[in-house]
Amino acid sequence: MKQTVSKGILLILAMGAYTTSWAQAESGGNGFGSVLTYSLIAIAVLIFFFLIVQVSNNLLSIEAKQLGIDEEGGEVGPGNEGFLGRLFQPKRPAFLDESTPVTYLRRGHDIALEGEAALSIDESVQATTYAVQPPNFLGISPIPKMLVEEGSEVKAGDHLFFDKTRPEMKWVAPVSGEVIGIERGAKRAITAVTILADKEQQYRELSAFDLDNSSREQLVEYLLDAGAWTLLRQRPFNVVADYNEVPRDIFISSFDTAPLAPNLDFVVEGQEAAFQKGLDVLAKLTSGSVYLGLNANGETAPAKAFTEATGVKQRWFHGKHPAGNVGVQIHHTKPISLNAKVWTLGVQEVLTLGKIFTEQRFNAERIVAVTGAELKKPVYLKTKAGAKIADLLKDNLANDHVRYISGDVLSGKRKEQDSYLNYYDDQLTVVEEGDDYALFGWLLPSFNTPSISTTFPSALIPDMKFKAETNTHGERRAFVVTGNYESVLPMDLYPQELMKSILVGDFEKMEGLGLPELVEEDVALCEFVCVSKQPVQQILRQGLDTMREQA
Amino acid sequence: MKNALLKALKRIEPDKAKSPFMHTAYDAFFTFAFTPNLTTKDGVHIRDGMDLKRQMVHVVLALQVLYLFGTYNIGHQHFVALGEYTGFLQGVHLKLIYGLIKIIPIFIVTHVVGLGIEFYYAYKKGHGVEEGFLVSGALIPLIMPPDIPLWILGVSVAFAVWIGKEAFGGTGMNILNIALLSRVFVFFAYPTYISGDEVWIAGIEKAAEGGYFGQAYGAVYGFFDNIFAGLGLATFGAGGSAVVDGYTGATPLAIASKEGWGAVTETYTTGQMLWGTIPGSIGESSKPLIIVGALFLIITKIADWKIMVSMVFGAAVMALLLNAWGATEFMEVPWYYQFYMGSFLFAMAFMATDPVTASATSSGKWIYGFLIGFVGMIVRVLNPAYPEGWMLAILFMNVFAPLIDHYVLQANINRRAKRIKAIMKSETPDKPAPATAQVQA
Repeated sequence: MKQTVSKGILLILAMGAYTTSWAQAESGGNGFGSVLTYSLIAIAVLIFFFLIVQVSNNLLSIEAKQLGIDEEGGEVGPGNEGFLGRLFQPKRPAFLDESTPVTYLRRGHDIALEGEAALSIDESVQATTYAVQPPNFLGISPIPKMLVEEGSEVKAGDHLFFDKTRPEMKWVAPVSGEVIGIERGAKRAITAVTILADKEQQYRELSAFDLDNSSREQLVEYLLDAGAWTLLRQRPFNVVADYNEVPRDIFISSFDTAPLAPNLDFVVEGQEAAFQKGLDVLAKLTSGSVYLGLNANGETAPAKAFTEATGVKQRWFHGKHPAGNVGVQIHHTKPISLNAKVWTLGVQEVLTLGKIFTEQRFNAERIVAVTGAELKKPVYLKTKAGAKIADLLKDNLANDHVRYISGDVLSGKRKEQDSYLNYYDDQLTVVEEGDDYALFGWLLPSFNTPSISTTFPSALIPDMKFKAETNTHGERRAFVVTGNYESVLPMDLYPQELMKSILVGDFEKMEGLGLPELVEEDVALCEFVCVSKQPVQQILRQGLDTMREQA
Repeated sequence: MKNALLKALKRIEPDKAKSPFMHTAYDAFFTFAFTPNLTTKDGVHIRDGMDLKRQMVHVVLALQVLYLFGTYNIGHQHFVALGEYTGFLQGVHLKLIYGLIKIIPIFIVTHVVGLGIEFYYAYKKGHGVEEGFLVSGALIPLIMPPDIPLWILGVSVAFAVWIGKEAFGGTGMNILNIALLSRVFVFFAYPTYISGDEVWIAGIEKAAEGGYFGQAYGAVYGFFDNIFAGLGLATFGAGGSAVVDGYTGATPLAIASKEGWGAVTETYTTGQMLWGTIPGSIGESSKPLIIVGALFLIITKIADWKIMVSMVFGAAVMALLLNAWGATEFMEVPWYYQFYMGSFLFAMAFMATDPVTASATSSGKWIYGFLIGFVGMIVRVLNPAYPEGWMLAILFMNVFAPLIDHYVLQANINRRAKRIKAIMKSETPDKPAPATAQVQA
């Protein structure tokens, strides 16, 4: 850095000297004297400004080093937090003391939708059917080897099937009951193994495991048998973690900023011990650290389970969606590349992992937020991973012309009423189908349209909530507008150029522009704001798939 | 009402298989009336309300005040040249009608030619008609001289849309700004119609024996004369009267380039130049209205403020340097007065900010805008033949925009690689590898 500075100053001085000599040589002509004066003033101003920026930048980075944000040697908040950015830093949340470093993410967008789940668990609703769906798990062979058949009785935690290419990786039943169906899709790939749950749940009891006095290999073996491996996902590519690898770090985001996303502070209530146990297990799996992303938004501090977690490195993030995405947090903590692999988990996966050790059983309990403006009563439900959607929505629908989404409206997957929540999702969203024509939609100031554009009057009303519907609000076009994607993605990369490089199949550029750092949920907001209505997530997955084949 | 209209429109929908071209045309107008009932498939389930139509229409909205003023100014300049109704608000009806009679054919020819080609390609390629020409079609009339022969206009629009856009693959794929491409076509192919002193004022002819005369008013004017006479208002009359003595029709820039700022102020006041009651291309003259349009685009985030700001900065820097040099009269024009003359603001607000042809990256936009301002001022002041530079500077930088982006992206790629490398290097395991170390206990 210092070298660059001194080189820059030298260059400017040399230019100045050159201009002077040139001006003197030509001084016979009129006006060259003033060229000299003007350029000298300009250079002086430039140098002065440059020095101020440089000095303050250095001071800031010294401070950052003292506070320990900069310990990895990277820039603090690369690209996003420039010199000016730091001047206009938002107010530090009251619950944090002065010395805690916070990463402020300026870019992003919160979509405020109607139908947020009330903070209470409705115990009366219980799903009866569950499914484990192999397509939820990326990076496994499409036809896993079955260990059960239709009609088999299984306990929760019993093995259902394993990956053909990696037989140690086993999937287990989330509930006890009868296997009632093995559904197949295109090319006989298994799409779902469905289980009709018993009224009284029975668990496969696992042997106790001494975490402190065992090796990593023993732990891996234990977790593979318990079926816990499927809880871990590996980046880049968001595939099921490879048990032959030791991840550089493990990242967990303790908050979700997606529209109507479940409040994880509420979810983790009363399960602090299991969460901490899960973190302890994870710490053994990595050669680096376990990072926990914490929410610095809002007035109240996050749950104690997160703020008082031990054995992890805490990182505070302040900003709009996608600040809660683990991908964004990784980017601002310790970015990844094709060769630097990390693992990620959701909070509820950590809980399941912890319960293997605290309860000695595979407890796939999930607290699912059932959300959306089309529900009579948006609420939280206590269920298991992969519950049937119709069961969860019993007597709760206010409208039948709706779309069911496993996950949030941005990165969730479209489902039918008789299909199942995806394995990693802890949210079910129901929104209205918007297959209606809008008169002069391109001109009229519609109020019920979420948008980042200020051409809608809703931009003037802060905190306005929208009733989501699925209309595209326009037809697909070539990329025209620039800068929109960047305005909602708080990462130092150029998503639109990346998409173009994927579309033309330029591998070198894809990797260089940061494709390994992204998964679908990170660019979902880019797709939302896209004026040309491009399928950004689909393009990204296409790029990730081709890159994985190459790697 | 909405449903009745929808039904009526659906009833007249041509069959796609039988008459594909008609269907394409129908589809273009139908999607204009109604946002289609498409829903999201995979990926996001809700979409932002903004689409390309809305984006483009807002640019056109920002141009409406310029159309209004430009139309009136055509008439105003015409009558000022003849020495009649020299006050801005005298003979309002005559000036307005005169302007409309000039601008409506220009507008129609632009759109018939441009949209005709767009519709044809949409039908050939089997996709919907794209919105790109909405903006180009609204911009082209504003950057033409009022007396442009309609066939030249038609040829230039056809060239711009065909060679400039469709040859590259349609909206979003073009390298050069379409509106400027049509103007530059006229500029190089028919220079006498778009440069010089007399072209900027409508309806003025050079007589065979020298001197300028107003053209005789045709039948259309006669029709309005009948109405005006009936209402007891002033009429156009026969026309053909001589231009006032000493009136040249030269734009402030043309005067400044020959005789400097002093000569400009003898002919025009700064107020006139600011408010735009001066000869020039139809939409370029009124600075306050252009600034209103630019602010509208900035507030609605449709045009990028970075390009506009850096372009002003670039032009100011170059103008200052030229001031300091001061070798010719034109160079000595005070740098801030450079913004009073010519089409700088129009080019800044509506031409340089075209997202397709501008730099795509944020830092690229600063460089791109600055260089347009910088180069444009050089072309304006140091060009002996033609005292204006924005059209050429913008087209020039259009060509370089991908190069600027390339370097910005490369810098980003290197920065990222460096960060990863730094992390890999500092990768000293802060605890011993658990696999081997902890078994002993």
